[in-house]
Amino acid sequence: MLTDLFKLSLNNLRRRKLRSWLTMLGIFIGIAAVIALISLGQGLQAAVTGQFASLGTNYLTVQNAETGFGPPGSTAIEKLTDHDLELVEKTRGVKTVSAVLIRMGKVEYNDRISFGYVRSIADDEFKLKEEYTALDLKAQEGRLLKIGDNKKVLLGNNYAKDTKFGKGVQVGKKIIINSEEFEVIGILKSSGNIIMNDVVVMFYDELKENLDIGDEIDLIGVSVEETEDPAVVAQRIEQAMRKDRNEKIGEEDFSVQTPLEMLSAVNQILTAVNAIVIGIAMISLVVGGIGIANTMYTSVLERKKEIGTMKAIGARNSDILWIFLIESALLGLVGGIIGVIIGSAAALGVSSIANSFFGGEIIKVNLSIPLIIFAVGFSSLIGIVSGVVPSYQASKLSPVQALRG
Amino acid sequence: MDKKIIMDKSKEHKKKDIIRLEEVHKDYTMGNTKIHAVNGVSLDIHRGDFVAIIGPSGSGKSTMMNLVGALDFATTGDIYLDNVDIEHLYESDLAQLRGRKIGFIFQTFNLIPTLTALENVMLPMIFQNINKEERTEKATKILTRLKMGPRLNHLPSELSGGERQRVAIARALANDPEVILADEPTGNLDSKTGEGVIQIFEELNEEGKTIIMVTHDPNMAKHADKVYRLRDGMIVK
Repeated sequence: MLTDLFKLSLNNLRRRKLRSWLTMLGIFIGIAAVIALISLGQGLQAAVTGQFASLGTNYLTVQNAETGFGPPGSTAIEKLTDHDLELVEKTRGVKTVSAVLIRMGKVEYNDRISFGYVRSIADDEFKLKEEYTALDLKAQEGRLLKIGDNKKVLLGNNYAKDTKFGKGVQVGKKIIINSEEFEVIGILKSSGNIIMNDVVVMFYDELKENLDIGDEIDLIGVSVEETEDPAVVAQRIEQAMRKDRNEKIGEEDFSVQTPLEMLSAVNQILTAVNAIVIGIAMISLVVGGIGIANTMYTSVLERKKEIGTMKAIGARNSDILWIFLIESALLGLVGGIIGVIIGSAAALGVSSIANSFFGGEIIKVNLSIPLIIFAVGFSSLIGIVSGVVPSYQASKLSPVQALRG
Repeated sequence: MDKKIIMDKSKEHKKKDIIRLEEVHKDYTMGNTKIHAVNGVSLDIHRGDFVAIIGPSGSGKSTMMNLVGALDFATTGDIYLDNVDIEHLYESDLAQLRGRKIGFIFQTFNLIPTLTALENVMLPMIFQNINKEERTEKATKILTRLKMGPRLNHLPSELSGGERQRVAIARALANDPEVILADEPTGNLDSKTGEGVIQIFEELNEEGKTIIMVTHDPNMAKHADKVYRLRDGMIVK
């Protein structure tokens, strides 16, 4: 019985092809947006997580506040000092500390100019080793910096690609950084951390000299003893610095961050962005639902005579209800399926553009089966909900009234 | 003459009401005025009758057809379909009963445009939960009998007026109803095709079907063996 009614409904949709497609348009734009945004959002979240996962979990950073995660130095806030460095070093549970500079720099090669971050690395045998481990730096070509190297740099993986200067930088070549020549000693392995793929790494003293600055520290990299909990050590550092600066809790002008903390902060932002974007997509789904309701109302009006005829030849109210309800559910279902296809294609397209732009596999599209099932189910539900009232009205028409048309 | 005698005989042992109207009134309100569309009509239609209800437009014909066909309820008075007072039925039960007992034929054929001739004839059987094999077989048989065998899979839009009306007749016959209720069945057909339709009705009547025809055309009414004239919502014999 239901299969027969299903065929009748399908027939009606086919008869009004253009209208059916236009009605579904509203749904599939909404569903496509939901699918694309959620799968990309999850991919982005995974990519960001990767940024921090590449940092060792026992590595802390101390920065002056208000700098956020961005490179310090750009804002006019007080610099960290050698005094701070000593203070942190003396804190219990701290293995090594290193002063770090991260600055925007002008990089020239092959007669072309590019701007990128230049990051310092400690010029102390022990600290250097710790930093390599904490930042997960490995050479893909050439080798890492060694104590005793003079005017040599490591380049992030993207420098080896043709995209930056027209041709990839090779180990042994000279490169000009802030008008000073350096030899490339190694190319770093591609990292999950986008910044590290575009970074120039050189010794702290050389960068200081290169930037022509005094004893400045942008951030302090802290390696925590393996036996200690990084979170606890972070608290100790905070305590020591607060005392030193005579500040109250909550009024610090510095921050100590563990990779996990940074991760959760970024995740919070991403979750908020996702929520907003999905909210917008939901609005378009509501509009799509209204479109279905509108189409169903029109359909009921225009098929009054048909409804009357069917009632005269024995259709029960429930039969009429089903015919119309199946129709609106089908609009939602098919709209949803097409939306999933379009949304997936859009997400894959965006991620492949992003990946070719940044290099590597930055954003992986995360298309999960539950997401697809949810999307299709939800759009069918919209179809059904939108069709309930028009279908009910159709079923309640008196045969005489309906036959009159 | 012979034919008449046989018919009378067949009616003799089936003389029992299939549709009965008792003092039926039907009022409508249009704006502020009350319209008495049907004004105290009593009517017995027996099994095997060929009845014509005739009257000019505005005489309450359509309303009569709706009442006789159990499509509408009376304002006052009772309507019995196969001795069941339809007033006491739920709408859905009435629809089922109507689907089994009465086959409707409309002036404008009222075929479902998305369905083929065969599917249109199968539709009333869908509503009676008859399985697909039986539906297909029966619908094919009826359509073939009405010389529509070669046109089974055509859509209504691909058929001529006469052909459409034959599909509509086939649809009316689908559930083996005792009554065929036709509303101006020849109204949209040329006279020759119309004669053909009447001929089909006569054949069906000979087989024992009750035929009720609502029309304004006295020529068509001539074929019936009982004619009710309707004027101002009342029967004037």
